[in-house]
Amino acid sequence: MKHTLTPQRWLLLIAVMLTASIGDTLLSHGMEQVGPVSISHLGTLFFALANPWVIAGILCLLGFFASYLTALSWADLTFVLPSTAFGYVVVALLSKFWLHEEISLYRWLGIILIVCGVGFVANGPSRTEHPDYPGVEVDPLA
Amino acid sequence: MMTMHVGTLETWATIVTVAATAVAGDVLTAAAMRSIGDLDDIRAKSGLSGAIKAVVSTPTFILGVVFMAGSFFSLLFTLSNVDLSLAAPASASLTFMGNAFAAKIFLKENVDRRRWLAAIFVCAGVALLAK
Repeated sequence: MKHTLTPQRWLLLIAVMLTASIGDTLLSHGMEQVGPVSISHLGTLFFALANPWVIAGILCLLGFFASYLTALSWADLTFVLPSTAFGYVVVALLSKFWLHEEISLYRWLGIILIVCGVGFVANGPSRTEHPDYPGVEVDPLA
Repeated sequence: MMTMHVGTLETWATIVTVAATAVAGDVLTAAAMRSIGDLDDIRAKSGLSGAIKAVVSTPTFILGVVFMAGSFFSLLFTLSNVDLSLAAPASASLTFMGNAFAAKIFLKENVDRRRWLAAIFVCAGVALLAK
């Protein structure tokens, strides 16, 4: 049984991978400006909330959480999670072509592995569990 | 007083704690979202506020978020003792594998050969990215 995703749902999965990686990048850039936070001076974290990069990062991550939860409402956990991993690839490519960082051979290998992994899952069904027939294995693709 | 060096056992204990709480958080939120049903339908019927209310009033979801927060704070704790280049990819890789197991056992997802391969590839890929 093949579940085909509507274009709207593919867009949502793309939003999941983009907002997670862009949000993390924004947060990390903002926290670099804020400086190190020690356990004894946790109050510094409140000042971090005034940093525009941190604010943008948090908004992005809120968007991530909302789209991630929506995706989980119609797809399996093992379907949605690899797409979040694809975000690492996006970050690596952004740092290569936008920030002109060097990517080592190991990283290229890692990127290829993640792309293959995501490709395996994306070709399969998005939802396999059937609550009406617990214990019944459906869609024996293996 | 002991030496400042953090033992290997302690390092991996904190990393496993990060991954285990992350898996618990992911599985609980996934179970909650499944029990709520298709959010697109709910939003079409009762609007965005209705959808938010449906999510936030689910106990399993709240418990999942508590575990996610626990995972976040144990990651912060781990980062104060262990290098980011080890802690982040190691916990992320463990989380991926743990999620595949947990999804099969607790969520009864059909984790077929294709999804196992994906979990292993992604796990190895994440570890390589940190090199």
